[in-house]
Amino acid sequence: MNWRRLFHRDQTSAELKRELDAYLEIATEENIARGMDPQSARQAAHRKLGNATQIREEVHYMDTLTALDTILRHARVASRALRQNPTFTIAAILTLAVAIGANTAVFSVVNSVLLRPLPYPQSDRVVELHQDAPGAAGLNSLGIGLPLSASMYVTFTEKNQTFDSMGVWWLGTAVVTGVGEPDQVRVIHLSDGVLQALHVPPSAGRLLSAADQAPGAPDTVILSHGYWRSRFAANPTVIGSKIMLDKPHEVIGVMPPGFRIADTQADLFLPMHLDPKRQILAGFSLQGLGRLKPNITIQQANADLARLIPIWMHAWPSFDGGSSDPIAIKVYQEWRITPALRPLRDAVVGNIKSVLWVVMGTLSIVMLIACSNVANLLLVRAEARQHEIGVRIALGAGRLRIAAELLVEGALLAFCGAALGTALAYGGLRLLTTAGPDTLPRLQEISLDARALAFTLALAALAGIFFALIPASKYASRLSMTLRDGARGASASRERHRARNLLLVTQVALALILLIGSGLMIRTFVELRNVDPGFAAPNQVQTMRLAISPLAAQDKERVARIENDIVDKLAAIPGVTSVGFANTVPLDEAGPNWDGILIEQQTYRGGYRPPMRLFVDVSPGFFRSIGTPLIAGRDFNWTDLFNRRPVVLISENLARELWGSPASALGQKIHTADPAPWFEIVGVAKDIRSSSIHEPAPPTVYWPAFGIHAYSASAIKAVRSPVFTIRTSRAGTQGLADELRRAVWSVNPSLPIAEVQTLQDISDKSMARTSFTLVMLAIAGAMALVLGTIGIYGVIAYSVAQRRREVGIRMALGARPESVRRMFLQQGLLLSGAGILFGLAGAAGLTGVLSSLLFGVQPLDPFTFAATPLVLLIVALTACYIPARRAAAIDPAQTLRSE
Amino acid sequence: MLQGTLDMLVLKTLAQGPAHGYTIAHSIEQGSDEFLQIEHGSLYPALHRLHTRGWIASFWGTSESNRKAKYYRLTPAGRKQLAAQSSRWNDIVRAIGMIMNPAAEKSK
Repeated sequence: MNWRRLFHRDQTSAELKRELDAYLEIATEENIARGMDPQSARQAAHRKLGNATQIREEVHYMDTLTALDTILRHARVASRALRQNPTFTIAAILTLAVAIGANTAVFSVVNSVLLRPLPYPQSDRVVELHQDAPGAAGLNSLGIGLPLSASMYVTFTEKNQTFDSMGVWWLGTAVVTGVGEPDQVRVIHLSDGVLQALHVPPSAGRLLSAADQAPGAPDTVILSHGYWRSRFAANPTVIGSKIMLDKPHEVIGVMPPGFRIADTQADLFLPMHLDPKRQILAGFSLQGLGRLKPNITIQQANADLARLIPIWMHAWPSFDGGSSDPIAIKVYQEWRITPALRPLRDAVVGNIKSVLWVVMGTLSIVMLIACSNVANLLLVRAEARQHEIGVRIALGAGRLRIAAELLVEGALLAFCGAALGTALAYGGLRLLTTAGPDTLPRLQEISLDARALAFTLALAALAGIFFALIPASKYASRLSMTLRDGARGASASRERHRARNLLLVTQVALALILLIGSGLMIRTFVELRNVDPGFAAPNQVQTMRLAISPLAAQDKERVARIENDIVDKLAAIPGVTSVGFANTVPLDEAGPNWDGILIEQQTYRGGYRPPMRLFVDVSPGFFRSIGTPLIAGRDFNWTDLFNRRPVVLISENLARELWGSPASALGQKIHTADPAPWFEIVGVAKDIRSSSIHEPAPPTVYWPAFGIHAYSASAIKAVRSPVFTIRTSRAGTQGLADELRRAVWSVNPSLPIAEVQTLQDISDKSMARTSFTLVMLAIAGAMALVLGTIGIYGVIAYSVAQRRREVGIRMALGARPESVRRMFLQQGLLLSGAGILFGLAGAAGLTGVLSSLLFGVQPLDPFTFAATPLVLLIVALTACYIPARRAAAIDPAQTLRSE
Repeated sequence: MLQGTLDMLVLKTLAQGPAHGYTIAHSIEQGSDEFLQIEHGSLYPALHRLHTRGWIASFWGTSESNRKAKYYRLTPAGRKQLAAQSSRWNDIVRAIGMIMNPAAEKSK
């Protein structure tokens, strides 16, 4: 009744006003009847009443106060009751805190990474210029579609009708000299239109414009905020000064802190130098993004760009100085290049979506388990108090009031749990941002924000209502019966157990689902670890990347000589078994190079475009250093390189594909295209997994790190950005890293060294996403197991306590302890068994959700589905055993006497 | 006047039949020969309180002068309450009287 008054305050207030007005009328009339004139009659009536507004306020306040008073009173009673039972209270609050905290933390991650828009103004208008090319064999296995070429950029920007601005960019490295020691930095080369599309104003200076990218324009550069702070000590007069990157570049601006392009971070931003007149069709290596015009949909933009593709094909030659090439056009038509734009946020977030939702799903299940656990606990308590409640009702307490008290109790528990849970979530998130996997996109943006807190409150409220409903509904209606049942010594009726048993079965089922999910992920992880990546013992391979700029060595042969010297110096370090280098190492994120090759013996019809193979430039000793065996033939040697012999190695799968066996590949000749020189195959190496462990090893061609260029006999090629691979048992130690540096600098002191890490580190990074999912699922599974065990234990223990008298009678009548124990074990077994059966059914339905994350194991893997229930059953039996034993130890005489 | 006493007087007035706010105040004043002066303003919170406790019930009716007014009547619970309160009141009066006029009281 209190609640009703609180909610009807306005109505009461209006009615009171009418009542007071009526009073005034009547009083006025009486006064007139006594002879006063109307005006003084009215004044007298008002005076007699007093201040009408004050009266209304007082009544209003009375209602508010009583409602608040009631809540406070209930809360005080509830907290006292909870404090009297500390084990129950602490257990319930902790369970809730862990479940709510975990859910809040994961929701914050989901919110920050998936739901929040990117930190650009109106970022939903910014799209990634993604395009697919289903007809270009070999490129689609990368899963990233076809990158743009510079000529595409020119055509698209000039002729599109649906974009406000668009541009292309690529990530590279550069060496900054002249400011302290030479520093290798990450550089994003951008065309005009990229920064305009993102709409992020610089924190100082100006943005790059079309003028900066015209050929012959003065060299300019924009600094990132971090680089400005660390290298220029946040000097405000940096605009206009010059930094040395091969050539002097004038600093024209500084970007705001935290600025990234599509979640890629760089130290410097350079304009791409593009001569719009002198582009060719090919060179697909650029990322594109653009801002759509208002009210333009993605489909419209796709159609617009699709219209431009044929225009592009006819507008540009295949090689510099030529004219439109009908053969090339035919090839590109076969590629069926299709624009498939997607919002930039999706491109950034990528695959992580499915992972995060899966994790969110599992944690919700844990939350359900936790709630049912606490509800069970509450039911148990309510049962213990039913006598007390029955008496109170008989003495006149309203049913609604009892329900209100139970509600407040549940709410108190829920809110305490939520408060503690929020603290846990906050701590967990701080941990994640400092120590989390780098491959989690937008890691730095994760925080506990208002939306997450609202989510927590909603969870807590739902939990509180859930708790209150269960006992309240059970007991508020059957209270007349409880007193009739007699004294508390009576045996509990079977119906009372139904709710608890149902909850327990549900808990077990949910726990089993989670455990099966974890089991599948564990097996995935193990399978991934067992995959032969093609190299051996990566924890013993140290890698480091160098940059040999034209300043250090103008001549390409000089570059190769420097590299040779470095290899020798490194090999001389004690503990080093072998050394090599390549332009990229397996599983590294550096952009790979793909192209096609043609075989000498084969004749190709005009316009044939060969499938794409991975091209890697390697030094002699590279394969040995990473532990890849040679299946046939021999490795390069330095004489091959310095004599510029046209020799190559290929991967085993390529050899089998083209010639049937590795041995038959030896001596064959291949080249890239017609005027290019022929290279002889002198060796075949074992397959190496390149972009990730999940994907099969691509067919690869290994070119010498120095020698004639694969595309032209008159050009020389050298690797200016080599990654050295050093096999040693001392990999990863600081001592080794120092010796490496000393060795490199003894050859040339101006060479910057970067990315010093072991091959194991690189491999771990590529597995980071899977590891992360696995860890989260494993934690959820473990929590589910613990909660489920506690739940089973609680139910059986309570059952034992309730049936003490019955057990006493049985034993007095001759039952043996073993049969008593068996009785309770059977009860536990039945309940767990039912839960396991439902859990199996549920898991069979749900594991399909995981299939995109699994590797090497089926969603309905029989081993996992058989082993996990067994484990759960054993755990359940153990949980039952203790109370069952206690039941068997009951002294019949004691229980009968205590009645 | 004590809050509890006003409640009792209102209940007593209503025992004689339903009435609206003005009439109740008027009855108390007249019934006490104008000795008790009620601030009509404090009557309404009291009525609200009694209503909340379920001792009186309300309904809208027509007054003598043909105006709509909110009437109150005594409920059975209120009747019980009135009996309890008046008996308690009589006890208090007698007790105080015994102290103030010991001889006169003892001889009663």
